[in-house]
Formats: sequence, C-alpha cells, structure tokens
Amino acid sequence: MAHILLRHRDIPDISNLEVYKKNGGFEAFKKAVTKMDPGDVTQVVKDSGLRGRGGAGFPTGMKWLFMDRDNWPHYVVANADESEPGTFKDREIMENNPFQFLEGVAIASYAVGAHAAYIYLRGEFWPVAAWLDEKIAEMEKAGYLGEKLFGTNYSLRIYTHLGAGAYICGEETALLESLEGKRGQPRLRPPFPPAYGLYGKPTVVNNVETLTNVPLIIANGADWYKSMGTADSAGVKIFSLSGRVKKPGNYELPFGTTFRQLIYEYGGGIIDDRPVKAIMAAGASSSIIKVDDQALDTPMDYASVRTLGADLGSASVIVIDDTVSMDWLLNKTIHFFKHESCGKCTPCREGNYWMLHLIERIHGGTGSAEDVELLKSVAKQIQGKCLCALGEFSTMAVVSAIERFPEDFKKAVHS
Amino acid sequence: MSLAEKYPEEIKRILAKYPPEHKRSALMPLLYLAQREKGYVDNHAMNEIAEMLEITPTEVAAMIGFYTLYHGEPAGKLRIQVCVDLPCALRGADKFLADLCANLGIEPGGTTADGLVTVEPVMCLAACDKAPVFQTQGPDGIAYHENMTVEKTMQLVEALRESGKEVK
Ligand SMILES: Cc1cc2nc3c(=O)[nH]c(=O)nc-3n(C[C@H](O)[C@H](O)[C@H](O)COP(=O)(O)O)c2cc1C
Ligand code: SF4
Ligand code: FES
Repeated sequence: MAHILLRHRDIPDISNLEVYKKNGGFEAFKKAVTKMDPGDVTQVVKDSGLRGRGGAGFPTGMKWLFMDRDNWPHYVVANADESEPGTFKDREIMENNPFQFLEGVAIASYAVGAHAAYIYLRGEFWPVAAWLDEKIAEMEKAGYLGEKLFGTNYSLRIYTHLGAGAYICGEETALLESLEGKRGQPRLRPPFPPAYGLYGKPTVVNNVETLTNVPLIIANGADWYKSMGTADSAGVKIFSLSGRVKKPGNYELPFGTTFRQLIYEYGGGIIDDRPVKAIMAAGASSSIIKVDDQALDTPMDYASVRTLGADLGSASVIVIDDTVSMDWLLNKTIHFFKHESCGKCTPCREGNYWMLHLIERIHGGTGSAEDVELLKSVAKQIQGKCLCALGEFSTMAVVSAIERFPEDFKKAVHS
Repeated sequence: MSLAEKYPEEIKRILAKYPPEHKRSALMPLLYLAQREKGYVDNHAMNEIAEMLEITPTEVAAMIGFYTLYHGEPAGKLRIQVCVDLPCALRGADKFLADLCANLGIEPGGTTADGLVTVEPVMCLAACDKAPVFQTQGPDGIAYHENMTVEKTMQLVEALRESGKEVK
C-alpha cells in the first residue's frame, strides 16, 4: 500500500515544493479555505475517526470543537517535542515530508480560526527547526502562508519555537508554559487548552503525526480514512520499532496490525533469533507486556492493547528479548523519569528519588527481597497523586515488571 | 560587546515571532543566541536579556537551571551527547559510551585535558533505530551523528582538533 504519512518513501523528492504540489500538495488547504466553512472542516476530521497520535488518543475533531468561541484570538500549537524514549516518527515526517505536516497545521488553524500557529520542537531538533523555517519561507513566497490566502480574508503565519531539553515539555500545558518563556511545569487542569491555552487564549495542541493526517482526510474524505484500521482506531499509524529487532525503524501500518507482523514481517525478527520476552508498546511509559503467542497475535489498536494490561500510547514499540533482565531495564526507565520529573509535586519528585535509590541497590546486587516490595509500594504510592501523567508513567514499568517477572528480581537480589 | 550590538538582525527576527505584549516568549531563543559563541550564558548576557524582556535576572537564571541544553558554565568546545536511554542501551549504547570515554581518557561527563570535547550521557534523542547515536552541541549548533562507531567518533574529534571546525 502506498504510504499516507511517510510519503517520501514512495515519492523521494516530496520535500521539494514543486514536487509536493504536483502530488496534490496544498489542494486540501485551498479547498478548505475557499470552499468550506471552518465548521465543515472540523466535521470531516471528526467523522474520519482520527485520534491524537501524541499518546492519549483523544478524538481530534472533538478537541477542535471544544475551542471557546467567546474568547479570541485562537492558537494552534503543533507538539513536536517527541521525547518519549523509543519514539522517532515525528522527526522522520518533518525531515522528509515537511509540507504535508505544515499543510496539516494550516488546515487545523483555518478550522479553529487561528491566524498564528507555533510548532514547538524539542531543542535537540535544532537542525529540523532550521529546515522547517526554510519550508515555511517557501510557502510564504508561493502564497500558501501570509495575508489574504487564495484571495480570501484568511491570513495565517506559522512559527517554529525550540525547547531546550526537557521531556516534560511534551505534556501540553508544560509545553505552553515553555512557549511563554517559563519553566516547563504543567498547569492545573481544568481548564484545558481549548479553553485556556497559550497566553490564556483557546489553543489546540496536536501532535505532528496527527496533523500530518489532516490534508489527505480533507482531500479524500472521512469514509476513505475510516476504511483503514479498526472500528475503534481508524486509519494508519506510524509504529516506531526499536530494541532487540534486526530491522528497527518506522513502519506505517493500519491499526490492527499484530505485534507478530510488526516484529517478524517488518522488523526482521529478533537479533540472533532469540525469543521475545517482553514488549513496551508506548515507550518508556509503558506497562510491560509479558509475551506469549496470544500477546504476539494481539492487534495493535487502542482497545486490543488494553486487554493485555497495557496501552498503545504513541506506538513506540520497544522489543525486549531473553538476554535482558527486568532489574536492568527498570534501572534505565527510573533513571529517565527521575531525571525528567519537573519537581512540581512531591509524590513524583520524591517517589522517583526513592525508586532510583532502590533500583540501584537491587540492580547493583546489594538489594533484598524487601527492597523489591518497597520499590513496588513506592510506585503505587505515586499513582493517582500527581498533577500530570508523568508521575503515573514513571510507575508503569516498575509495577508491571515486578508483578509479571518476579523471577528476574529473585535472581537479582540473590546474586 | 552586547548581544544587541552583535546580533541586531537575529534579535529583531526573534522578537517578531511573538505578540509584542508577550515578548517573554523570546526568552528561549535569546538564550540560544547568547550561548552561541562561548557555549554558555554569562552574567552579562543574562542581565541584558532580562532587561530586554522586562523580567528579573533571577528568572533568566532559573530557565538555565531548568533546561538541560542551556549552560551556565563553560565546558569543552564541543559537547558530545551520547544517548544511553533504554532503546539505545538495548543496542549497545552503554558499551559505546564506555569505550569512547576510555579512548579519550576521560570519565562520562568529563572534558579532555585540552578543553576540546566534553562527553555527556543523555536521554533519548529520537533516533533509537540508529544507535549508537550522539549529538554534538557546539558553536555551529546541534547536529546528529547516527550509527556511530568509536573509530568514526575519534576521527571526528581529530578533525576538530586540527581544523577547529566540526566536520558533519
Ligand atoms: C509527560 C508527557 C510527555 C508527553 N510528550 C509528548 C510528546 O513528546 N509529543 C506529543 O505529541 N505529545 C506528548 N504528550 C501528550 C500531550 O500532552 C498531548 O496530549 C498531545 O500533544 C495532544 O496531541 P494529540 O491529541 O494530537 O495526540 C505527552 C504527555 C505527557 C504527560
Ligand atoms: S507529576 Fe511529576 S512531572 Fe508531572 S507535574 Fe508533578 S512533578 Fe512535574
Ligand atoms: S533511546 Fe537513544 S535515541 Fe532514543
């Protein structure tokens, strides 16, 4: 099947404006602005079943409908923070198919009546931001951005903004704080960004991949999009496959593709042909799936992955084979979350401090069985007490590893 | 020389991105500008930015403390930031970091005696399928180096030592 998002794999020069135009580029934006009401654009996106690709899977059209129409101006912010360990899809889109993403930003902006949109990129994407700046300038020159577009009264500017190395800035309210020139610490919610966002104004925050779907949905219609994927998860998804597979990389596939297909058909199987031991489907924030035949044959859509006691999240599939011990793995994930906790709430800040202390002991070979129990109980005490989901994320691997792989920890504390 | 004297055009372009009544948003890009030359933000620049944006120098300093890509202290001319996060570690990143540091005669986090490079372990860089991977942060900005070996990295360091410029 031809790609819908990673179209540069079929059309290598699609980052060239002329090539993009020849392949239907900007037709959807033009159609939206010249022939459709903003409300109709939102309706098509809602009917398509498109759900947010940033992790939470929130219906995109619905989010646009929530924009407070009594408070102006409105903003669109593209979330290009991409910092979840195991996630590298937005970068491939922006580097190779930039215009489709930018057209998505433009259509979203028209749909919610925004005249300014910001792309918030993680600081490490410095070269990507410079590249997007060039592409934005090309669009301005060609009349796709700027004043009075396509002879209408609609005007739009798109700006890039670089973060500076903080995972928490991927959380949408922390991102908005950061964009306002402050430390990236999440806001208390509600109100949510469509009511109170950038500069206190109604704001849509959408992931890069989410927005990149939009031009083709407007061009081909909601039914076309819904014809792919599953009933609860419409369309295609980019699966970032990493870890102990022979061919790691991004694979754009319909929702409902099984883990087995992704790992063996696309990923080439496991290094040295060893058995798969575990899968983390949502990056470092995942509950760890213990792998058996049934797990491997589970379709990757939001509802099915949940039956395995895990989430699909951003579909960053980290594959773990039988050479890996779970105490080693937790040492990695806890290091990450301890480093990335923004420190605003005590359970997350202190809890991750203690979890790190305990896992270093356990993994270092000086821990006891009580330490393992204590680690699990600290994780449980963090759950449900935090201002943002990072606190929750930091406990997912810990609790699931200890509950589902007790033998690994027995070995760690006895060796 | 002040930032305003050194980078008048850049500053104008940065400020134009944000509504004038929310110019504090320019703080992050201005900090990047300030550390462009020396690799860190000195007190002079901090005070100048604070004045420009009508905030206190303490608020500027707090930003440098919060975000890992801003530096308040000088380090090696080039920072080599090696990803050792989970997906890369599953593909040999820890060993790459250890071998690289051994070759350079430093500990992770350390700087070579000639002040040329600092090697730092960092979190996921969104390149997990191309481990071992690192970024370089230096006067020429930030660049990716993917599917690396210690040998290729040492060549990069040698080239930098000889030319004073980073080879990409
Ligand atoms: C700790 C944390 C990190 C996040 N990181 C990202 C990220 O890097 N990129 C992203 O798009 N969403 C991220 N999110 C989700 C965003 O808060 C938000 O839900 C998303 O950008 C909405 O866009 P979508 O509806 O298109 O998915 C993160 C959330 C949390 C709690
Ligand atoms: S849960 Fe953690 S990251 Fe989120 S606001 Fe609280 S301290 Fe910050
Ligand atoms: S884990 Fe190293 S780049 Fe993602």
